[in-house]
Amino acid sequence: MSDQNVPSSVAGTGAGGWTGVVRRRAVRAFPPDRLLPDEQPSWVASWIYVFGVLTLSALCVVLATGGVLALKGPAWWHISSTGRYVNSLHLWSVELFMAFMVVHLWGKFFMAAWRGRRAMTWITGAVAFLASVGTAFTGYLVQQNFDSQWIAGQAKDGLNSVGIGGYFNVLDFGQMLMWHIVLLPLALGLLTVWHILLVRRRGVVPPIPLDAGSADEGDPS
Amino acid sequence: MTARWARLPHPEPAPARTRPYDLVKEFVIALVAVSLLTVALAAVFGAPDERPVTIRSWAQADPADFLSTAFAELDGSSATATYGPPYNSAADGQKIGPVGLAKLVGVRRPIDTADDFVLTPLSDAPQNPDVASALATYKNAGADQQGALRKQYADATTAAKGDPTQIPADTAGPVQILLNQLLSQAQAGSLDGQLLSSGGFYQSDYTKPLLFLNDGTYLAGLADDRHLSGDQWGMMNETGNYPGQPWLWLYTFWYQISPFDHTANADALIWGLMAVLTVGFVLVPFIPGVRSIPRYVPLYRLIWRDHYRSERRL
Repeated sequence: MSDQNVPSSVAGTGAGGWTGVVRRRAVRAFPPDRLLPDEQPSWVASWIYVFGVLTLSALCVVLATGGVLALKGPAWWHISSTGRYVNSLHLWSVELFMAFMVVHLWGKFFMAAWRGRRAMTWITGAVAFLASVGTAFTGYLVQQNFDSQWIAGQAKDGLNSVGIGGYFNVLDFGQMLMWHIVLLPLALGLLTVWHILLVRRRGVVPPIPLDAGSADEGDPS
Repeated sequence: MTARWARLPHPEPAPARTRPYDLVKEFVIALVAVSLLTVALAAVFGAPDERPVTIRSWAQADPADFLSTAFAELDGSSATATYGPPYNSAADGQKIGPVGLAKLVGVRRPIDTADDFVLTPLSDAPQNPDVASALATYKNAGADQQGALRKQYADATTAAKGDPTQIPADTAGPVQILLNQLLSQAQAGSLDGQLLSSGGFYQSDYTKPLLFLNDGTYLAGLADDRHLSGDQWGMMNETGNYPGQPWLWLYTFWYQISPFDHTANADALIWGLMAVLTVGFVLVPFIPGVRSIPRYVPLYRLIWRDHYRSERRL
């Protein structure tokens, strides 16, 4: 692909080696006006579009409140009224995050938002949803209260029944804490960034034609 | 073949009409709004934090259930003792048709309930001569002899109408002495630490105490009172009037209906079903029929109604 779309300041002769290649490709895929647009197609005018940014905002609150809980340690919120409130913030931001994400997901489904080479955008969003379910689930396991005990005891049977429990032990607080605060948030964060970059790269899916009802079934290519 | 309704040119032409859009401003407004909503919800509703059940609180609140459970661990008849993989080989584990994934993975977290939950905690604690003698008698007995000693206790429990706390003192042999001592250790709080300990100073694995607790009926009774049992949509709920994990509704839904509500392989079958549905969910864009639902459910006409209206005007 030619470099004609790349700003000269970036595609200059000085940008050599692997770094230059990566830089040119990054700028070609995400020119500034596509990465941070100041205009949108006129059809992007519905409340359903708000749920994407609401989901992202709620994720930021989840990470911030979870960060405070991590800073103070897992026992803090059981013995401090401030900690209890921060845990409440964490809980409700998760509830909002999941609610916004589900509405966003259904909205994108009924918009058939995978059309026009956007299948990977759907896939990264769907996997991010699954990662969110896993992260929330491990969060419930590491609360160190009655809910944790009961949920762990119930969940072990499903996991053990298909051999997962031998490796992913919901009764092991230490292992679940690591999954909850390191591995799953990392996966979710990477998926979220990937998903958003795909949205920026492919743009918002155009409306379905009004005469769609008489058309044949299609694929997303 | 891409259908007409789903077909888009590549590269897509620039939209005919655009409108001003401030992405950063939109994000900041959304972040502030969500933060304020979170602050308000947390202030009004808080979060549940019911204290966990300890082995001590269980033994103090329901000594009969504790003794019955401890006997089942010693007898090898408890849920954990008969579980199979990953804890032991007492059973094959659940199957999906002919496939037993649990057995395939094998015993990865070995637990001998008699040793781990009863005999080792008794052996590791300093004991009076009566308990030490009973412990030596039981451990040195052969399998048949141990069975006879357990039967002696089981018969005494039956005679006491199923309540082991009502067995008259010194009438049910060494097993009675051992289990009563275990009850004392549990009520004093030391058994909590003994079950948690795995030889090191720092501990974070609660597998043993949680399995022991789950083998009794006390924890399940408390959970049932709090609408958390499996037939009450189970673990997607949480204590109090809080939303819990409603996103697990589909997973817990299967446990409520036939055949999953009465088959011995329910967990494995539901996990298998959920795995298929999950793959389907991720690959929606490629599944004929499913990917066409949006054009049969014309919500898109509502979402893009302004666009269609302006197109008609043009």
